[in-house]
Amino acid sequence: MMEEKKLSDIRAMVKSHERPARTGRKLGEEVFFRSLMNIASVLIVGVMGIILLSIFYKGVSTFSWSMLLEDMGSGFYLNRGGGIKNAIIGSLYLSLSATLLALLVGLACALCMNVYLVRHRRILNAARFLLDLIWGVPSIIYGAFGFSLMVFFGIKTSLLAGIITVTLFILPIMIRAIDEVMKTVPAGLSESVLSMGSTRSELSYKVYLRQCFPGIVTAVLLAFGRAIGDAASVLYVTGESARTPTSLMDNVTTLPVAIYNQINSPHAATQDKAYASAFILTLVILAISLLSRYISKRYQKYRIY
Amino acid sequence: MNISSHRRTRDRVVTVLTYAAMVFVLLLPFALFVGLAVKSDLLFREHSLGDLLFSSVWRPSSGEFGFKPFIVGSVYVTLLAMLISCPICLLSAIHITQYAPTRVAKVVTTAIDILAGIPSVVYGVWGMVGVVPFVGKIAGWCGIQSNGYSILAGGIVLSIMVVPFILNILMEIYRTIPRELTEVSLSLGATRWETIRDVLNRKALPGILAAFGFGFARAFGETMAVLMVVGNVVKIPEGLFDPGYPLPALIANSFGELGSIPEIESALMFAALILLVVVLIFNATLRWLIIKAERY
Amino acid sequence: MESNMNQGKEGRNIERPFAEGESIIRVDGLNLHAGKTHILKNINVEIPKNKLTVILGPSGCGKTTLLKCMNRLTDLTPDIKVSGNIYIGEQPVFGSKTDIVALRRKMGLLSQRPFPLPMNIYNNIAYGLKLRGKYTRAELNELVEYYLRQVNLWDEVKDRLRSPAVRLSIGQQQRLCLARGLAVNPDIILADEPTSALDPVSSEAIEKQFAALSKDYTLVMVTHVLRQARRIADYVIFMYLGEVIEMRPAQEFFDDPREEQTKKYLAGAFN
Repeated sequence: MMEEKKLSDIRAMVKSHERPARTGRKLGEEVFFRSLMNIASVLIVGVMGIILLSIFYKGVSTFSWSMLLEDMGSGFYLNRGGGIKNAIIGSLYLSLSATLLALLVGLACALCMNVYLVRHRRILNAARFLLDLIWGVPSIIYGAFGFSLMVFFGIKTSLLAGIITVTLFILPIMIRAIDEVMKTVPAGLSESVLSMGSTRSELSYKVYLRQCFPGIVTAVLLAFGRAIGDAASVLYVTGESARTPTSLMDNVTTLPVAIYNQINSPHAATQDKAYASAFILTLVILAISLLSRYISKRYQKYRIY
Repeated sequence: MNISSHRRTRDRVVTVLTYAAMVFVLLLPFALFVGLAVKSDLLFREHSLGDLLFSSVWRPSSGEFGFKPFIVGSVYVTLLAMLISCPICLLSAIHITQYAPTRVAKVVTTAIDILAGIPSVVYGVWGMVGVVPFVGKIAGWCGIQSNGYSILAGGIVLSIMVVPFILNILMEIYRTIPRELTEVSLSLGATRWETIRDVLNRKALPGILAAFGFGFARAFGETMAVLMVVGNVVKIPEGLFDPGYPLPALIANSFGELGSIPEIESALMFAALILLVVVLIFNATLRWLIIKAERY
Repeated sequence: MESNMNQGKEGRNIERPFAEGESIIRVDGLNLHAGKTHILKNINVEIPKNKLTVILGPSGCGKTTLLKCMNRLTDLTPDIKVSGNIYIGEQPVFGSKTDIVALRRKMGLLSQRPFPLPMNIYNNIAYGLKLRGKYTRAELNELVEYYLRQVNLWDEVKDRLRSPAVRLSIGQQQRLCLARGLAVNPDIILADEPTSALDPVSSEAIEKQFAALSKDYTLVMVTHVLRQARRIADYVIFMYLGEVIEMRPAQEFFDDPREEQTKKYLAGAFN
């Protein structure tokens, strides 16, 4: 009985302290921070818009179709005419092969972690930890490392050296993206496939690849976008060339590096070509990102569950 | 056994190849470190680590390699970028995950995806066309002589580049906070804002700090865009409008000099090594902290 | 028997197995759509004051949604459409003029799993109080101690009030959450399967608390555990597929179910 009386006292005490739920100060604070938040978001969208608009504006006014059809030729940076066909083709060769290589190794890695290593929690965690570590390593370091590899193996600057370097650079990105998707495959699915008498490698190919197909495609496009847009990693290893490469051992100038060189040229006309080239590169990147959105939506239905 | 020998052989081959790929990738961080360390060995024959890191004299032709201006330049530009980027990212992350209607959230996340995709060089071009003249003008208003190529320009461009990176981590953090926590706080009589301020932000704090840390590491190694707007003068910057010369820019810019002095190759590899170590230490510490925080 | 079915003000059938005027929550023609799914279908029910009312039903019948409608936590979910209304006393829950923050202060919430605030034990209790008024240190200390005692947690935690609440066991956390809900002085306590994550011992402790609390508070508890409802309920609301099938005093409900679905449910057909 004592306690009950006390409860009503306590409740009366709390009640007497009660203040209105919404005071001016509280409301003001919320309004203030909410407007800051809106400003932040508007700023982000706005800056994105400004960047795209100015790249497009500058790019469209300097673009000509002949740029896509002609090689640079000698004296390109000295304003002797020429296009960026060799840079575009070179970039495509480089990033397509690097993406393909990284896909092969990356798939194997992701499958290894999700199919074979799942039984060894500690090793798996350690592996993921190491992958997380290299995931954030900036591309310039791969550039420097690729250069020292090149010197070590006695290879000259070439498309091949570029491919190897870029492959190393996009590998962690690729693996992480695929791993994220594969992690979501329910354990029950692989258990039931294994219990039907499949070997682990068959499990990998039949279940994981099919199940994760849209995710893998997205990962490939993500890695390809990184590969084609990066300049710092290939600055050291591909050399320079004014012609479209014809073999793996040819030197090659990639599109981002070409942009960098053009904008640093003292000639206004060459700088203009840099704007046009930047415009082309941005278009390619936007197309890739659109494609990956479309594909990840479209192929959602091929998932088994 | 009903597994045919053909299937078993195939299984074995595939297994071995899979493990080989795994081992190869896991060796990569060590290979990076060893490769760069071996290459920078030449530099250490005549200089001590302390000299290299804390001397401000950079005269490769007379064999003096002081990395201090580059390290300080890197730190300044990166800190500047973080100072601009972090509050904006935090506010926007809360806005998108807590307040914004689905449509608005979609617009902002699409913008972030686009920003994330734009290549570094394109940011650089935009920086040279848009940001550098702008900074030059501001310097003019402040009565300072500057062509705009400065650590401020570098910081601004860099801050935009790390927004998608930091914001994506932050949004993920706010989205993984269980909704029940919000429900509980609301039913205790808190307003939406009080809930965010007192409960969600507190819950997210370790994650927020980690996101900022990862952002710092990411910004620290960014090369091309910064290189194109930061001025690249070997001098410790003393003001926002002074040019700087960050480490990645040094590595990217000095390629032409590689043949001339044997030590410079070693010096560049050492610069890359510093970058690598900084990034690895950041990433390792933050990962470790996150694992700890999860347990707690 | 005629008191089981009363004509509501608008002529709707309101489930109210007790005299008019004793209710504190009145659900009036509530419909709730989430996207294209019709989750709550024309709910008309009244909940008596200072009694323990259990909302019973198989999972997915909308009982948790109904509970969350009572303090409008549905606001947190996009794409929800509500028609009809709920009245707490005389105040409507849904409506643009409603001060929902003030209304929520009348209700405490206990969720399925304990969700302690990311603060220490002391502040978990004090947080709600500090939001609502100015207290001196001594007053706060007194209140925190009182409410921790009320849920029999004081002796277990008095030496570590400043350590994070997440370090407590799940059972202790749930009692802390109950104390936290009580401390803000609600009239109503909403509980969403509060024992489903707990071990039998902690579960029993919470049940005992509830039985004791129903003298001073109106308790609305969602559960799908029949035996639990049987042990502690004063009244039972039985829901099935988004509809209220019947509301009866607990004794009657279990001994003499009226509707076909109820009989099936009690016989264990749905579980």
